[in-house]
Amino acid sequence: MEKCYLMTAVVLLGLTVRWTVSLNSYSGAGKPPMFGDYEAQRHWQEITINLPIKQWYFNGSDNNLQYWGLDYPPLTAYHSLLCAYVAKFINPDWIALHTSRGYESQAHKLFMRATVLIADLLIYIPAVVLYCCCLKEISTKKKIANALCILLYPGLILIDYGHFQYNSVSLGFALWGVLGVSYDWDLLGSLAFCLAINYKQMELYHSLPFFCFLLGKCFKKGLKGKGFVLLIKLACTVVASFILCWLPFFTEREQTLQVLRRLFPVDRGLFEDKVANIWCTFSVFLKIRDILPHHIQLMISFCFTFLSLLPACIKLTLHPSPRGFRFTLVSCALSFFLFSFQVHEKSILLVSLPVCLVLREIPFMSTWFLLVSTFSMLPLLLKDELLMPSVVTVIAFFIACATSFSIFEKTSEEELQLKSFSISVRKYFPCFTFLPRIIQHLYVGLLLPWPLPRSTGSGSAGPAAMAHGPSRSAACGIFLDRGMNPCPLHQQADSQPLCHQGSPEGHSFDSETSNLFIFIFIIT
Amino acid sequence: MAALGVATGGGNWFSALALGVTLLKCLLIPTYHSTDFEVHRNWLAITHSLPISQWYYEATSEWTLDYPPFFAWFEYALSHVAKYFDQEMLNVRNLNYCSSRTLLFQRFSVIFTDTLFVYAVHECCKCIDGKKAGRELTEKPKFILSVLLLWNFGLLIVDHIHFQYNGFLSGLMLLSIARLFQKRHMEGAFLFAVLLHFKHIYLYVAPAYGVYLLRSYCFTANKPDGSIRWNSFSFLRLISLGLIVFLVSALSLGPFLALNQLPQVFSRLFPFKRGLCHAYWAPNFWALYSALDKVLSVIGLELKFLDPSKIPKASMTSGLVQQFQHTVLPSVTPLATLICTLIAILPSIFCLWFKPQGPRGFLRCLILCALSSFMFGWHVHEKAILLAVLPMSLLSVGKAGDASIFLILTTTGHYSLFPLLFTAPEKKNLFLIGWKLSTSLAWGLWKSSVNLYSLSPLGS
Repeated sequence: MEKCYLMTAVVLLGLTVRWTVSLNSYSGAGKPPMFGDYEAQRHWQEITINLPIKQWYFNGSDNNLQYWGLDYPPLTAYHSLLCAYVAKFINPDWIALHTSRGYESQAHKLFMRATVLIADLLIYIPAVVLYCCCLKEISTKKKIANALCILLYPGLILIDYGHFQYNSVSLGFALWGVLGVSYDWDLLGSLAFCLAINYKQMELYHSLPFFCFLLGKCFKKGLKGKGFVLLIKLACTVVASFILCWLPFFTEREQTLQVLRRLFPVDRGLFEDKVANIWCTFSVFLKIRDILPHHIQLMISFCFTFLSLLPACIKLTLHPSPRGFRFTLVSCALSFFLFSFQVHEKSILLVSLPVCLVLREIPFMSTWFLLVSTFSMLPLLLKDELLMPSVVTVIAFFIACATSFSIFEKTSEEELQLKSFSISVRKYFPCFTFLPRIIQHLYVGLLLPWPLPRSTGSGSAGPAAMAHGPSRSAACGIFLDRGMNPCPLHQQADSQPLCHQGSPEGHSFDSETSNLFIFIFIIT
Repeated sequence: MAALGVATGGGNWFSALALGVTLLKCLLIPTYHSTDFEVHRNWLAITHSLPISQWYYEATSEWTLDYPPFFAWFEYALSHVAKYFDQEMLNVRNLNYCSSRTLLFQRFSVIFTDTLFVYAVHECCKCIDGKKAGRELTEKPKFILSVLLLWNFGLLIVDHIHFQYNGFLSGLMLLSIARLFQKRHMEGAFLFAVLLHFKHIYLYVAPAYGVYLLRSYCFTANKPDGSIRWNSFSFLRLISLGLIVFLVSALSLGPFLALNQLPQVFSRLFPFKRGLCHAYWAPNFWALYSALDKVLSVIGLELKFLDPSKIPKASMTSGLVQQFQHTVLPSVTPLATLICTLIAILPSIFCLWFKPQGPRGFLRCLILCALSSFMFGWHVHEKAILLAVLPMSLLSVGKAGDASIFLILTTTGHYSLFPLLFTAPEKKNLFLIGWKLSTSLAWGLWKSSVNLYSLSPLGS
C-alpha cells in the first residue's frame, strides 16, 4: 500500500514538473511566417479534419506541403484528427482551413499542452510505472527511486512540454513493446512496437534489437517446433498492425509511395542544423556534405551504421536475454544516432529511453549520458527561451539520481561495467599510457612536492582511479591520499597489470595513469 | 555539480528536500501572479525613492503601505538589490510595471528569503523526538515533518504563485516556537516580537505567547500537582521579557513616534473600513453568517416579509472590499468580532494558564488562537489559514489523533486557497495536481505514522 502512495506521489511530482515547464514558451512562438513545431502540430489538426484522407500527404491547393506538410506515419495523422475533433468542439477557429494559420492564444496553448499531458498520462507514464514495478531483485524503495529518475528525465520533458512535440507517445509505445517482449508477451510487445513505428518512423532505430531479440527467442525455442510457430505469429501480428494503420493508404500504389517519400526524405542531405553526431562533428574538419556526392554520402552512412550495430545484434540473436536486449537497444540507437542519415538533435531521445532503462545497472554512466543528452539539445532549447526550465530540470534530475543511486560511490571498473574494456585498452593500446604519464607528471609537478610513485609492493595495481568516497572527484582523491600513501591507487586489486608485468615499479604506475586517463577522457 | 551530488548522495535527505522544493519554486516563476506583486513593487518604490516621513502617507498607488515598519525596512533593503535588476521598478509613478527582470527579481527575492524558513524547519526537526522511529526514512518523524513543512502547498501557492513573503515570516514564527521548545525563552520572545513588527497578523497568536511566557517562564516552578506556585514568580524574567518587547517596538515604531505619525501608521495597519469579509472571503464564521443572511433575505423577499426598496444593493458576495450592512441578521461590528474571538480563545488560554503542559501545550494553544481568530476575526484573509496549518504540522507528527485533524485542516485549508488563482484553468490544473500530491503525501505519511504510533502507547 505504501508503495502505491509513494508511486502516486512520484507520478504526481512528474506531472507537476511537466505542467510547470509547459507554462513556458513553445517552438516558434510569435515568429511568423513559419512559426515552429507547435504550429506544425496545429496545422496537421487543421489538415486532417478538413481534408479527405487521400489528400493528407499530397501537395494541393488546400494542402501546401512546404508549410509543415505531414511527414510522420499515419498514426500521427489519426492522433491529430482526434485532437482536431476535440478542438472543433471547443473552438472551431483553432482548426479552420487556411484562416487558422499562425493562430496563437492562451486558450489554444492550454488546449495543446493538455493534449500532450493526456497522451503522456495514457501511454508513457503507465509504461514507466509498470516497468519499474516489474523490476526484479530490488527493493520497493529502489523501484520508486528508479521511476522518479526516469520520470524526471529533463530531455523528454523539455522537448515535449517546452518545444512541443508528442515523443512520449512513440516512446511510450516502444516502452510497452520492451515490457512485452522482456516478459514473454511477445505478440503484445511486437504490436505495441509496431504502433510506435507507425507513430514516428524514427522508432526504426529500435527495430533491429526487437527483431534480433525475437528471432533469437524463436531460434532458442527451436525453429522446427514452437519457435517456428512463434515466428509465424509474430510475422502475422506485425503485418496485421501495419495493414491496420496504413489501410487507407494501401488503396493506391501512388498513395503508399507518396507517404514513404514524405517519411524518408533522402534528398535532404547528411544532416541539418547542429546535431551531436559523427558527421556534423567531422564536418568541422572536412566538409563531407560539399565534397562527396549524395549517393556516396548515403552509402557511407549506411555502411558505418550497419557495421557499428552488427556485433551487438548478432550477440543478441545468439544469446537473447532481457538484459542484453536493453543494452543492445542502447547500442543500436546510438549507432543510428551517430552515423545515420538526416538525424535531428531530438533523435537523442531515442537513445535516452533505453539508457533510462539501464539506469539501475550502471547509474553513474547513465546519469552522465542523460545529462549530456539534455545539454546537446541546448541550442534548440535556447531558441525556445527554455533556459531556466532546462537548468532547473537538469539540476533536479541530477539530485534525484545522486540521491537514489549513490552514483559517486559505485565508480569502480566493475560497477561501471568497464572492466573488460579497460583490460583490452591496456592490452592492445599500451601507447595510451603516454598521455596519462604526461598528465600525471603535470599534476605531480605542479601540485605536489612528492616524488613519482614507486610500487608499494601491494601486488597488482588498483584500478580505482574513480573509486570510492563521495566527497572527491577522482583527481582530488588521488592527490589527497598522496599525503599519506605514496601509491594511493592500490585500493582494489582487481585488474590484471599489462605488458609491464615484469617491472614492479612500472605496472602500478601504468595502470594508475591509464585509469586516470580513462576517467579524464570520460569526464571530458 | 559534484558538490551538489555529494551533499545529496551522502544520505542527507534534508538538503535534497530543500533543494528539490527550491527548484520547484524556480519552475513556478512564470506562473500567474496577483496584484500582490504590484503591491510589493510599489513598496519597493516607496521605500527606495521617498524619505521615511512619506512612507505611510504616500498614496499614488491604491496599494498603500500597510505592514509594520520592519517590513518597510525589509523592502528598503531589497530595493538596494533591485536597482541592479531594473531601475524602472523603483519609480513610484510606474504603476503596474512588470518587466521580465522585475518578475525575476521579485520571484528570486521570495525564493532567497525562504532560506530562513528552511533553517527554521531544520531547527523544528531537532525538537521532534525521533527515537521511536522505524528504520525506513519515510517513517522517521523528522522526515515527515520536513516534507510537510518544506513542501507545504499552501505556502507554495501563496508565496510563489500568488506572490507574498510568508515564507520567511513563517520561518520566524517556527523558529520562535522551536526556541521555546528548546527552552531558550528570551530568544523565542525576541523572535516573536520582531515577527509582530514584520506582519501584525501574528497578533492572532500573541495571547498564546503572552500567557505561556508569563505562566511557564516568569513563574519558575510549579507545585507537584502542576498548579501555579505564586512565590516562584521572577520579576527579573518579567522585566527582561518586557524590555525585549519594548526595545523591539522602540526600534520599529520609534522613528514614527518621533515624527508624530503613529496614528497614521495605526490607521494604515488596522483598516477597519475595509469591511467584515475580504474580497474573496476567508471561509470563516462570518462568511456563513453572511450566507445565512442572504438566504433569509431571499426567503423574506419571496414570502413578502421584507420590503424590497429597503434592501441595500451591494452584495456581500460580489468580491468588493467595503463595509456592509446585513439585511435580516444584526450587522457585525469590529467590537463584536473581537468579543467573539476572545470568547473562542478563552478555553485554550485558561488551559495554558491553569494546566500548562510545556511547549506542546503552548503549541496547541497557539494553533487554537490562530484558528479562533481566523474563524471570528474582522477582515480575515484566506491566507491566514497558513498560520494554523504550519504549526499544526509540528503537532501532527507527534500523535495519531493530531495527524488526522491535521489532514482535514490541511486539505480544506489548501482547497480554500484555490480562489486565489482565478485565472486560466491551467493554473487550476496545477493546483489540482499539487493538492492531490499534498493530500496523497499527507495521507501516506499519516498512515505510516499511525502504524508507527500504534506500536507505542499514545501519550501527550
